[in-house]
Amino acid sequence: MTDTEKTAGDQGTPPARPEAIKAIPVRHYGRYVSAVVAIAILVAIINAFSQGKINWHAVPEYFFDHRIMTGVSKTLLLTVLSMLIGIVGGVLLAVMRLSKNPVTSSIAWFYIWFFRGTPVLVQLFLWFNLGLVFEYINLMPFYKDYWSNFMTPLLTALLGLGLNEAAYMAEICRAGLLAVDEGQTEAAQALGMSHGRTLRRVVIPQAMRVIVPPTGNEVINMLKTTSLVAAVQYPELFRYAQDIGQNSGAPVEMYFLAAAWYLIMTSVLSVGQYYIERYYARGSSRSLPPTPWQKVRAHLTTFSSRKVMA
Amino acid sequence: MSDKLSERDSVAAGTTPMVRAEGVHKSFGHVEVLKGIDLEVRPGEVFCLIGPSGSGKSTFLRCINHLEKINAGRLYVDGELVGYRQKGGKLYELKDSEVAMKRRDIGMVFQRFNLFPHMTALENVMEAPVQVKGLAKGEARERAAQLLERVGLADKAGNYPSQLSGGQQQRVAIARALAMDPKLMLFDEPTSALDPELVGDVLDVMRDLAESGMTMVVVTHEMGFAREVGDSLVFMDGGVVVESGHPRDVLTNPQHERTQSFLSKVL
Repeated sequence: MTDTEKTAGDQGTPPARPEAIKAIPVRHYGRYVSAVVAIAILVAIINAFSQGKINWHAVPEYFFDHRIMTGVSKTLLLTVLSMLIGIVGGVLLAVMRLSKNPVTSSIAWFYIWFFRGTPVLVQLFLWFNLGLVFEYINLMPFYKDYWSNFMTPLLTALLGLGLNEAAYMAEICRAGLLAVDEGQTEAAQALGMSHGRTLRRVVIPQAMRVIVPPTGNEVINMLKTTSLVAAVQYPELFRYAQDIGQNSGAPVEMYFLAAAWYLIMTSVLSVGQYYIERYYARGSSRSLPPTPWQKVRAHLTTFSSRKVMA
Repeated sequence: MSDKLSERDSVAAGTTPMVRAEGVHKSFGHVEVLKGIDLEVRPGEVFCLIGPSGSGKSTFLRCINHLEKINAGRLYVDGELVGYRQKGGKLYELKDSEVAMKRRDIGMVFQRFNLFPHMTALENVMEAPVQVKGLAKGEARERAAQLLERVGLADKAGNYPSQLSGGQQQRVAIARALAMDPKLMLFDEPTSALDPELVGDVLDVMRDLAESGMTMVVVTHEMGFAREVGDSLVFMDGGVVVESGHPRDVLTNPQHERTQSFLSKVL
């Protein structure tokens, strides 16, 4: 850049800048038409709902009800803990699956085959009723109890959701690990790094770029799937909303309320995902994409500088 | 056993060769890539490997630090068997950790650089000393900065590889390999992936390195570099050493017909 500018300066007078193009832009009539149609449909839908036999006042009335708030926090807790189990288990399974050791890779294959091949609701019920197989839980020196006492609804929910998630996360992580160029492993090994260190320092950080977007998807999916654990007696947002609905005589209204809360939570999670993706993109592109806030600030500064120039 | 063997030879030659290959064979499936390589690299010398693509020169280089396992023959680095231990007439495979231990002393520079893209230039150079040798971070950072200065990239320390040109990336890769204080450096066509105008900078760094007394095995297509800097040169074709000698002699006065035809195409 600077070089070309210099040479232009050296040659003396820079060539006269031609007149800026002033052309009439193409009119996109289709856009106006489709916008009008979309708005009309939206208005019709909103109108239909507002005319329906739904007591809308019940929604704001219970929106911050303490039971709903407890439900929201339990849903979030379940999501976070199950995803933790899922991610740790997934990384472990993916590494096992890709290992040269035929025993570990077969175990990982079998695990994924079982947990991905059965519905998560069925798995939840299986965990809940495992007391039929194991009457006691006996970790010899530490702990001994009846299975039914040990397997609380929370633990059932966590195991059911987390172990199922691990199978899906394993495939996501495996795809990520395979996406890293083999030359990276070779370079690390040529430097004398061990297998584990190569994974931890070189391969996994690069695999994260591939792993994070589908994992964000999984988190959002998990948040919604937690509504299934009502079946194993663990109360969370959906269960509390149902309870309130039955007691207050506004069952459908509470479904709308729950839907609104799920939407709010998934929206917040999406924002978090954006920033995590941005973090792992470092080094892969020449400059990081600006955050939304940086974009806003950039627009503001260009706007003010324009004013100054005028 | 192996130690005794090499000791005896070293007495004869005066010094232990840095690399010694005896009848090295390597196959990928049914394709035999190396068909019996015998050669010796003396400490402190710049040893150039040339030959048409597919002649097995890169494969041989990768065997030296055990990125590839050889199928037959013996390969020694600094008098020690590569990848195996010989005890009582039997060969025992080395554990991964033992192989890794030996690789610390052998630096390697790849055709496609293979810098770690999620680390800055400085972090790339610091990585192995900190992670493998357990060097303190401050010390490693200082050393890395010195090495980057040595390859002329002191001002690029904070840049990620994607922000550097190919030539700059390759010089960082050389600094990264040097950070482990290797006794042997392997170069696998270090300038083949570079734009022509960037080749010179990389060759300059390699020339400096050669002058500092580093033992270097260089797979290259840069005949000029081989002639000026090289101490020995081997021409490989079809998995065998066709001709070897001093670079000047082989390049200007090739004896073998295959060498002549190859050189007539590249010079």
